[in-house]
Amino acid sequence: MIRVSDSYVPLLRRPFGAHEIGKDRIAILYKVVGKATKILSSKKKGKMLDVLGPLGNGFNIEASIVRAPEGRGRPSSIVLVAGGHGVAPLYALAKQLLASSHQLSVFIGARTKAHVICEKEFKKLGAKVYIATDDGSKGRKGLITSLLKNRLRALEIHKAVIYGCGPKAMLKEVGRIAKAKKIPCQLSLEEYMACGTGTCLGCAVKTRSGYKLVCKDGPVFDSKEIVWQ
Amino acid sequence: MAVKAKSEKRKAQSQSVKLKIGKMELKNPVILASGTCGFGKEIEELVDINALGAIVTKTITLRKREGNPSPRIAETHSGILNAIGLDNDGLKNFMFEKIPYLRTLKIPVIVSIAGDRIEEFVKLTEETQKSSCVKAIEVNLSCPNVSHEGTKHAILAQDSHAVEQIISRLRKITKRTLIAKLSPNVTDIKEIARSAERGGAEAVSLINTYPGMAVDVSTMKPKLGNVTGGLSGPAIKPLALKCVWDAYNSIKIPVIGSGGIMTAEDAIEFMLCGACAVQVGTANFVDPNAPLKIANGIKKYLKDKRISSIKGLVGKLKTCKTN
Repeated sequence: MIRVSDSYVPLLRRPFGAHEIGKDRIAILYKVVGKATKILSSKKKGKMLDVLGPLGNGFNIEASIVRAPEGRGRPSSIVLVAGGHGVAPLYALAKQLLASSHQLSVFIGARTKAHVICEKEFKKLGAKVYIATDDGSKGRKGLITSLLKNRLRALEIHKAVIYGCGPKAMLKEVGRIAKAKKIPCQLSLEEYMACGTGTCLGCAVKTRSGYKLVCKDGPVFDSKEIVWQ
Repeated sequence: MAVKAKSEKRKAQSQSVKLKIGKMELKNPVILASGTCGFGKEIEELVDINALGAIVTKTITLRKREGNPSPRIAETHSGILNAIGLDNDGLKNFMFEKIPYLRTLKIPVIVSIAGDRIEEFVKLTEETQKSSCVKAIEVNLSCPNVSHEGTKHAILAQDSHAVEQIISRLRKITKRTLIAKLSPNVTDIKEIARSAERGGAEAVSLINTYPGMAVDVSTMKPKLGNVTGGLSGPAIKPLALKCVWDAYNSIKIPVIGSGGIMTAEDAIEFMLCGACAVQVGTANFVDPNAPLKIANGIKKYLKDKRISSIKGLVGKLKTCKTN
């Protein structure tokens, strides 16, 4: 949670995911969408930033390692699905996963060519990158989830794990595809929140075991647990 | 000169920020407001709770409540709209899961309770007072995000008869300090405050949030899942101050002030308008250390103004009448 200024507009901290995790540094990647991100983007190098965190959980990497077939030496297929700036935390995840030499497929959905980010970075990691844009200006025209559905057939899905981050509608569809194909799937959710520490109860999401908090219990949830509304 | 400096120093150190509300003793007048600090445990790593005056728990109800659908929070100009819907795990969970931690705190625990019917308030009071760490009960009569049986009003605290009835019933069954948490969304806060006083409350706590709305014009949808919510934060501070001032001038029992207090200066404004203590809420979300900074700021103000105790501050607003 980052407080971008001491003023009351904006009043609350804003939640961000880690885009790169270094030994003594983290990087965040964000899009300027409102007042808070605009103020953040005007910060000069060397300025102090008021950060509260890290908070909540992260993607469970164990889930993919456990599924790597033991003894046979064949890595499992990791599928990352990002919508818009949902790319940000998935890049950090991809880097973490590199160590275990998985086969990495990255699906990036964006509005136009200009909105596609991190394509090169993922390719540098050795990932196969699939892109879909709303207007067809880059990659396949249409939803990234349609492309995902098509391509999953070609992947060794019995050993695949899906990680997703992006708009709710996209995540819901990714969860549905994963369920149909019986692929384990973890999704990073977003909700409006005030505190980030589990006190305001603002960021509740419905799960099979009642409401859970995105800030404390999440933001990453097993897609099977989420009750979509 | 040296002697004078020394005696001045001693005098400066004698400033007291202690106070008493009912039977409850507070080491300073800064209280964590209900719904902004969980049940203490959630914030233990973020702020030194024991350095504060008291803590008011998230409101509990007899049975577990799931709360409202998302989104539950929307930021507005200098404020937050919330429609949480009294999401809590109920009385039993509170007694078994929350009390053990609350018991370890060295400051008074104030339990916030709410119900649909008077019997629920009674049961909640009977059970929670069994724990010795519960020094006071804040009766939440003013949540704007739930409906109630037994009154035609949207908010219990809009019904002066209901307020008096509930408080007087609880007065009969508890010796714990009773605080009535009131709503600003009333025709006359003075009348409601007097009802709480008549009922036997030892203090009133005001204000709860103002009912409000926000709309996303791109989707034409309300920004809250519950459509309407309660507004808190700096946006409501002037309105809250007026309520505190009005209540202070109409009752003899102490007024605990709240509504958009972010800094010590804000808190002092409330105290000058008659609040004997303040509750800090929304500020906790922005800066978990805000209550501590406010408590220290009040101490410093007393020292700078050479005021020896909280009493010298409460209600000391200089109007043309008092001047």
